[in-house]
Amino acid sequence: MTALDTPTRTNPAPAAAGPTTSRPTGQLHDIGLVFGRELRPVARDPFSVVFGLIQPLFFLGLFTPLLVASSGQSTADTLQWFVPGVIVMLSLFGTSTTGANLQVEMQTGSHERTLVSPLSRSSLMIGRALKEIVPALVQALVIIGVAIPFGFRPDAAGLVVGLTVLAVFCVGLGALSYALALAVKENQWAFWAVQQTLLFPVMLLAGILLPLEGAPGWLEVASRLNPLTYVVDAERALVAGTWDGDAVAGAAAALLTCVVGLFVGAKTMRASS
Amino acid sequence: MDTMIETRGLTKEFRSGKKTVTAVKDLDLHIATGEMVALLGPNGAGKSTALRMLTTLLAPTSGSAYVAGYDVTSDQHAVRRAIGYIGQGNSAGHAQRVNDELVASGRAYGLSRAGSRARADELLESLGLTEQATQKVMTLSGGQRRRLDIAMGLIHSPGLLFLDEPSTGLDPQNRANLQQHVVDLRRKHGATVVLTTHYLEEADSLAERIVVIDHGQVVADDSPAALKSRHAGDRIALTFAGPDEAARAAQRAAAAHPAAQVVQDGTAVDVQVAGGAAMVTGFLADLASSGLAPATVEVARPTLDDVFLALTGRSLREGRTDIRTDARTDITEEVAA
Repeated sequence: MTALDTPTRTNPAPAAAGPTTSRPTGQLHDIGLVFGRELRPVARDPFSVVFGLIQPLFFLGLFTPLLVASSGQSTADTLQWFVPGVIVMLSLFGTSTTGANLQVEMQTGSHERTLVSPLSRSSLMIGRALKEIVPALVQALVIIGVAIPFGFRPDAAGLVVGLTVLAVFCVGLGALSYALALAVKENQWAFWAVQQTLLFPVMLLAGILLPLEGAPGWLEVASRLNPLTYVVDAERALVAGTWDGDAVAGAAAALLTCVVGLFVGAKTMRASS
Repeated sequence: MDTMIETRGLTKEFRSGKKTVTAVKDLDLHIATGEMVALLGPNGAGKSTALRMLTTLLAPTSGSAYVAGYDVTSDQHAVRRAIGYIGQGNSAGHAQRVNDELVASGRAYGLSRAGSRARADELLESLGLTEQATQKVMTLSGGQRRRLDIAMGLIHSPGLLFLDEPSTGLDPQNRANLQQHVVDLRRKHGATVVLTTHYLEEADSLAERIVVIDHGQVVADDSPAALKSRHAGDRIALTFAGPDEAARAAQRAAAAHPAAQVVQDGTAVDVQVAGGAAMVTGFLADLASSGLAPATVEVARPTLDDVFLALTGRSLREGRTDIRTDARTDITEEVAA
């Protein structure tokens, strides 16, 4: 092929229609728009969030007595350990399905339409992941409200910081879920197969449902390689009002997951075009 | 005139396993501001791939493309701000309410909340969707969804609008409705419109310029009228009482007009020849002198399907290709014999 001349820059603004945008769009603006759009159907139909509460309440109501019985500790002490884990679990369930909602829009054509719009690529991922956190946070607050009469005593500042750390982790997880949907395209069973296969070991290895103390050595090692372990430990420390190395390690693990997730997500988006 | 789209050697290859498929090959396209252009071709011709490169959905393998003055590879964001796109699928999320989705879409293009609301109301009104404004998208009928797609594509009043197979799956009434909106968009805003289609009628009635694409390459580029007069003659369609008479008439026609394409199918004979309308009287007299009197005679101006057939040897209409090609082979053999 002969070297192409650079085409002369042609008229950028279509004369008749005029500029189509009236103000600049920034990254935060874009994230806000995507987040708002995703959240709107939930806000219009809040019953779905209420319905989503039933499952975590079952966990709390049916699992806590088992833990109390097997550990021999008081209900209050058990809740202090268990509630932060349930909150993390709720957020995982929500944000790991980010990609499933995307798949539906990939099938209809609405995802393609957003790709042609000037919204930034990363805002599409972050906005969607943040949206999945909101119902989880609402559910977390309800769980906390239910647990307090039974002796659960969260530290207010620790809780706020803990939920922030969790949100950072979840943005990363949401971005990974988004990347998974892009990778398997419209193949829904493949998405769920990978999501379930990864989610449950990650959750169990983080010691969400049962403590890992006294676990065999290999399990201990696997658990230490799992970033979620540090996030769960941090949640427990912060909710108890303990500001120590656990909190710092958890924040670092959350940040790392977030960066890796966004990096993988952005790479997958580029590769899929 | 200002240039709106300029491509040079635009190429897209897809790799599947060890095979490389070239979907678009060395496409050189120049589209001026205000033009209304149809990319016409059969399914798989590469027209949608070309459109997806121009709208930044696909990265070109090689070559360059400037859209509204911006490079589609290095300045994607600027291209996206300048264009509107109505794809093959539904633009609106199914769980969303109609007006929510429209307003959100406008804001993605930088419209203010109030500005986007006003524009959304205006579009819903003109597309007859006002009553559906607070309905969920999933409750809309197929035609209503397509009209919403149009509204989504026009929310930011783009100066350049791409439509990918806009009429696919629409009933005739909604198809006419959609075409009317595209025509209005141009008349009111002087927008440039580029659409892909495999509906000949659509290309014929909407576009002032038709780019015929086959196997990823441009095989013709002209106005519908010029394409028809250059690439396909008038068609004289005759029917006879029996197949024997028809066969004899076909042989006579082929002998008398060597330039004509003659196709016999049962009792029907199609003679396609440039300036056919003017020849028909002489042709009928010639047949009469051999004792052949057709039962019916019809003279038709060429259609874009005839153009496509002349350019590629294949029909755009599914199911017609085989019959015509077979019939033609038979006649050619008979004439040769």
